[in-house]
Amino acid sequence: MLRIAVLLMLSLTLIAAKKKTFVYCSEGSPSTFNPQIAMDGTTFNASSKTVYNRLVEFKRGSTDILPALATSWEYDNKSMIWTFNLRRGVKWHSSKRFSPTREFNADDVLFSLNRMRLKTHPYHKVSGGRYEYFEAMEMSKLIKDIVKINDYKIKISLTKNFSPFLANLAMDFASILSKEYGDKMLKAGTPEMVDTHPIGTGVFVFQKYAKDSMIRFTANKNYFGNKTPLDELVFSITVDKNVRIQKLKTGECHLVAYPAVQSLDEIKKNKNLVVLEQEGSNVAYLGMNTKVKPFDNLLVRRAINHALNRKSYLSTVYKNTAVLAKNPIPPTLWGYNDKVKDYEYNPDLAKKLLKQAGYPKGFTAELWTLPVQRPYMPDGKKAGVLMQADLAKVGIKVKLVTYDWPTYLSKASAGEHQMLQLGWSGDNGDPDNFLSVLLSCAGVESGANNARWCDKEFDSYIRKASSITNVSKRSALYKKAQLRFKEQAPWVVLAHAKVFRAMSKRVRGYKIDPLGSDRFDGVDLK
Amino acid sequence: MFLITLWGISIVAFSLIRLVPGDPVLLLLGDRGADPQLYAEMKEALGLHLPVYRQYFEFIINALQGNLGNSVVSRTPVLEEFFARFPATLELTFMAMLIGITLGIPLGVLAAINRNKVFDYSVMFTSLIGYSMPIFWWGLILIIVFSVTLGWTPVAGRMSVLYDIEPITGFMLIDSLLQAEDKGAIFFDALRHLALPAIAMGTIPMALIARITRSSMLEILNEDYMLTARAKGVSKLRLYMIHGLRNALIPIVTVIGLLVSSLVAGAILTETIFSFPGIGKWILHSITARDYPVIQGGILLIGALVIIINLSVDLLYVAINPRVRVS
Repeated sequence: MLRIAVLLMLSLTLIAAKKKTFVYCSEGSPSTFNPQIAMDGTTFNASSKTVYNRLVEFKRGSTDILPALATSWEYDNKSMIWTFNLRRGVKWHSSKRFSPTREFNADDVLFSLNRMRLKTHPYHKVSGGRYEYFEAMEMSKLIKDIVKINDYKIKISLTKNFSPFLANLAMDFASILSKEYGDKMLKAGTPEMVDTHPIGTGVFVFQKYAKDSMIRFTANKNYFGNKTPLDELVFSITVDKNVRIQKLKTGECHLVAYPAVQSLDEIKKNKNLVVLEQEGSNVAYLGMNTKVKPFDNLLVRRAINHALNRKSYLSTVYKNTAVLAKNPIPPTLWGYNDKVKDYEYNPDLAKKLLKQAGYPKGFTAELWTLPVQRPYMPDGKKAGVLMQADLAKVGIKVKLVTYDWPTYLSKASAGEHQMLQLGWSGDNGDPDNFLSVLLSCAGVESGANNARWCDKEFDSYIRKASSITNVSKRSALYKKAQLRFKEQAPWVVLAHAKVFRAMSKRVRGYKIDPLGSDRFDGVDLK
Repeated sequence: MFLITLWGISIVAFSLIRLVPGDPVLLLLGDRGADPQLYAEMKEALGLHLPVYRQYFEFIINALQGNLGNSVVSRTPVLEEFFARFPATLELTFMAMLIGITLGIPLGVLAAINRNKVFDYSVMFTSLIGYSMPIFWWGLILIIVFSVTLGWTPVAGRMSVLYDIEPITGFMLIDSLLQAEDKGAIFFDALRHLALPAIAMGTIPMALIARITRSSMLEILNEDYMLTARAKGVSKLRLYMIHGLRNALIPIVTVIGLLVSSLVAGAILTETIFSFPGIGKWILHSITARDYPVIQGGILLIGALVIIINLSVDLLYVAINPRVRVS
């Protein structure tokens, strides 16, 4: 019996030696294989990051934008038109159902983007017909028209000057699907196959999905970019985070998503494993409603910034899985201003400022604590209790309040709060995605600007930055905006939660993505 | 009766998940749920803008037509999702019950025969521990000992990633034998993957069956006809197995029937720990995602299954108990 077992083990090892298979222990099952109709990272990892490409893409491990299916582009401010020159010679994947007869061209771009924006598109209603991310980024309002100039050139006209549009095109929902495959499946009466059995141009070719168990990809030998040295990529779906770690230890997977924070020290001690960490593209903050008293007073807002011992929250609330924030955008984003001087913890100064503001004995206020765990805030209640104690030291009596999550959000949007905890996870690595959504004057109207802070100077910086395309000029404007934000203190900026990955030391070339996804192009096994 | 019970289950499944805090729309939209327009659009698209009674009414009308709706997350029909995962759970449950029965009954019989001896005490003591252990903890202990420390079994999953086999029946042990190549190695691999989850899930049934068998056997052993058989010189094997165990089986079968029903709950935990792609893991994932159609439909289907199992046990009870058959 022992002999048979040893022989079988040997045969397994031999099979393994033949193929270079990378096993990624993912945290859940994808909801679909079409990133246009998804909003979750799990689905994006299994579709847009593996099978598909976009016109432009984020550089691995950063939020810089690189050419992908578009080789070059230009923007005309006056006509508000983006012109994209498309890559030639890009081959589509093939499968049992589909063998492409042509290479990628402009028809595919129109087919993909128009599916999300035009109700008349034959695929618009397929698989539920909801394009939430596309809508959430206001792409349907932003795009006026898409025109094919020739097979390798398209023009996209916009309704307004908006430079983050390029970053939006690098987002997962903007993945390019094959029109020829779409037409064939439509003719066969199985259009939903386009969303369940993806055909893309990406570095990996989709092979099979065993529900809740495994997704198998093979290397795309015809990939237009740097080909992967791997033969196969397997997503081994393992929901339990402790089990993921055990699988990593036994070598059943090479990389695990979202390892349990409490097991990180144990992993670090294992000589075969390594832990990677990086600040995530997120921010947690305490917003002060600048439209109500006493938070309309700048001195009060500054006093509160000095009163909170934020460093202590990193160990107690975040268990050392976050870094202290000083700006409303995370340090991984371009345009981050590291020269901004943070408010130091100084209760005496806070008392002085309150006195100057006309509140020598402090005041009473409500502080809303997050009722749910979010990526940027693991325990709102605990953070609330600590804030309450810190503010009591400077004479501010805080009543902690919370609501169920939908009520919390709708009341916050309506501006019914005085102080509240909230946060944001970035979508596209563009500073505008934080600063404009959360702090613009337009955000006051939409309800996303919870501080209800409308500052003309700040708003002029971010509006100007979003209307020009030169990155260094935009960056300079965002840096000014951050200085103005800090000066006016509409928030107490709390923390940027870190992203962790645990992997085998055999893995080469893996980089943590600042936007939280997992990419395997450029990854190898020693 | 079947339909009334199912109706009751549908009400419980429908209302319980709505009482649990958590909004499926917000879970789907994440931070973007703060946008009231987007939130309202999504709510309407999912049919959650309707009053609860209307939602229930539509659910029942559709269910009667064999349509349990589509998953909010994957957008595929609930029935299709259920049957894609059902073979995995059935295979696991079968193996767990096989372990429970093949080990539990002999241990119970031997404990009864060796009453108040060391063997009896040790069986009773270990079965008490086995019965009291939480599956979640027990599963992790098994993984740490057999997979991480000894390296005998894989940590989780149903099949090694080295093998790429097309499901034929959905039962891995059978499908592995239907392969053209490497059938022995693939079967062995599937068995190794099934071993720990089946042991984790089969431990409680084994402990309970051993205890019930023991007490049932003890009752039978004191019957007059057993004394008569012994006096007539019937062999020990015939005495215990034919005269004893056959009569003692009646309460055991009842317990086994109840255990099969309760294994569904065990499947949720076991499948989650061992990443076993069955309906237990599916339901748990859907609860986390507040995937209402899956939870309602899935629980309704599981309920129907449990009722069918209980009915089958009643029929089996008739088959093995002549007194019931005659009456």
